[in-house]
Amino acid sequence: MSAGLEKLPVIVTAKVKLNDLVTRFEFAHASGKALPPFSGGAHTVVEMQDGAKTRLNPYSLMSDPMDPTQYAISVRRDAAGRGGSVFLHDKVQVGDKLMLGMPVNLFALDLTARKHLMIAGGIGITPFVAQIKQLQTTGGAFELHYSARSQALASYADDLRAAHPKRVNLYLDDQNQQIPLERLLSGQPPGTHVYVCGPRGMIDWVLATAERLGWPPEAVHSEEFLAPQSGKPFTVDLAQTGKTITVGEHESLLEAMEREGVDAPYLCRGGACGQCETRVIAHDGTLQHNDHWLEDDERDGSKIMPCVSRFEGSRLVLDR
Amino acid sequence: MTIQFNDETFRDDYTFRNSEWAIRRFPFPFHEDSYMYSVNMERHRGGPEGSVYEKRFDVDEHYISEMRDRAQVLADDPLRCQSLPHMTLAGWDLLELIMVSKSEDYPDLFELHRDGATWRWVNKPLGIDDTFTFMDESSLPYGPMEYITRQTQGDFAVLDQRENNLWMDAGMVTTQADWSLDFDIGMNFFEWHAPVPMAHEMGVFKRALKFLLNVQQGSPARRLNWTMTVNPLLDTSPENYHKWGIQKTMLTPENVGRKQHLRVELQTFFRLPRSNALVFPIRCYLIALEDLVTVPKWGRRLHRVIRDLPEELATYKGFIDNRPMILDYLSQYDDGQTTSPGIWPDLDTEPPLRR
Ligand code: FES
Repeated sequence: MSAGLEKLPVIVTAKVKLNDLVTRFEFAHASGKALPPFSGGAHTVVEMQDGAKTRLNPYSLMSDPMDPTQYAISVRRDAAGRGGSVFLHDKVQVGDKLMLGMPVNLFALDLTARKHLMIAGGIGITPFVAQIKQLQTTGGAFELHYSARSQALASYADDLRAAHPKRVNLYLDDQNQQIPLERLLSGQPPGTHVYVCGPRGMIDWVLATAERLGWPPEAVHSEEFLAPQSGKPFTVDLAQTGKTITVGEHESLLEAMEREGVDAPYLCRGGACGQCETRVIAHDGTLQHNDHWLEDDERDGSKIMPCVSRFEGSRLVLDR
Repeated sequence: MTIQFNDETFRDDYTFRNSEWAIRRFPFPFHEDSYMYSVNMERHRGGPEGSVYEKRFDVDEHYISEMRDRAQVLADDPLRCQSLPHMTLAGWDLLELIMVSKSEDYPDLFELHRDGATWRWVNKPLGIDDTFTFMDESSLPYGPMEYITRQTQGDFAVLDQRENNLWMDAGMVTTQADWSLDFDIGMNFFEWHAPVPMAHEMGVFKRALKFLLNVQQGSPARRLNWTMTVNPLLDTSPENYHKWGIQKTMLTPENVGRKQHLRVELQTFFRLPRSNALVFPIRCYLIALEDLVTVPKWGRRLHRVIRDLPEELATYKGFIDNRPMILDYLSQYDDGQTTSPGIWPDLDTEPPLRR
């Protein structure tokens, strides 16, 4: 559940530039073995060695879950980000070796659903690509509504439309096209589940609209990985290990612990899974909660999610 | 080693026996001289050579006879195996997990040959050699879960994961310690553990659920549970309580060593890759008290554990009435000497019984 998790040594077999922003990377097992099957919606944490720095970034798997010969991810270049996506785009080449975390699914299809209604924005298309391939194998009704900035930036739209002309709908911002959300969410047969993956604004819009229209919460699924925010450096005392560490400006608390050899659990590294939850023993200052995990009443200074959350103040003591 | 399979029964004449080998590898569940309930999970990542923890799915001398007993239970009551429609993919996951594990862990007993979707499965102990199409149910005589669990020791609960909960949506349950698949099918984690008698226990269940929801692909987990059973009866189901409950009254000071068995469940948990379901194999090991006490450390320790067990637990585990008789028997094997820590028999280092 942490650094001790099984990892997969892989080799980059293809690097395909889809458009100005997005590049696809394909991997095979480094020793030629079969890669484990996975379920549509799963992600993997890509481990990159950038000089002395180990970068760990989560990406949705978008290859066919039934195909043991390859994994694929699509990476959107985030120039303003902390450098993982830029490193992949600029430095990683075909033939390079990387380590991947075992697939973990925090955005699984509900297999009891009678129909899957998928709503994607931008690079949020990737988990749906794998889910659609899964449904092709197992059978299952789905409908995809995909919005992108322009035709050129609508990664995989052509492939998806060619394969499923009746089920895939594309909406382009530069054509002033918008997903008719209200109508979509009103006209679904009972037993439909809705899934959304995309930018924060889109997720909020879909969740709020679904709630207003009376959708049961268990039939509404969303996934958003937060990237850790940069911020002022801060110092943390770790009570269990007896270490005092400093978290750098562009580093997360989780990364700082890993750098210091502290075995800290994680799964998503994006504030969504709950795995990294850590007890705050004492603090004098403000906890900056950036996660999706803690309930409001848990944001009382007793817990922190080190993968995305930070601290400002004079003293922080954690149970690690 | 090659396993000598026993020809034995778990009912009527009860010819079930443990060999010397099976006794020494028995999963004795007490690591100290007292017992406290805990969730006690650990990674299921092998164990000492020859132990029941070594392989992903342990095969032992009882294999063939247990499978024969399962077939009999199913013939009498087909509802012991059920799978809701959305669980078929999980069934294929389980079939793959077991076939791959067994063929890798026991290459002399099991073979799996895969050519794309065409799979050939050879199970030498049971004399099976089947070729089928992976993901095509019509190519197997049963659904995938039933097919493979008719060939694998232990009960299987296959749990769907959704709404931050686990749902008992498929299973093969013929050797259970007093619970019923037919009753629990379709229930979520809290429903099938109901009624949860005490509020403080709720915390234990919530923690256990949280742990299970986070069991990941490639990182299975395990724990032990235990109870007591009179006669080596695998099928102690509520459906059949009228048949086995009465056997508890047939214990005498003369037969208690032979009839009273310690029953240990090795529970493992695996994330299934394609369906994201969780499978919960529950493997049952039985040992007669008279065999258990041939390991001096275990004889001493079991006496102390049973003696000091709180009344509620002895009641919950169903042997409160027979406890005095069991203790009379076991006390002969407790000479008061200290025991070494840990579960292993330590035959070479522990002192023999002082009479
Ligand atoms: S690692 Fe998932 S919430 Fe922090």
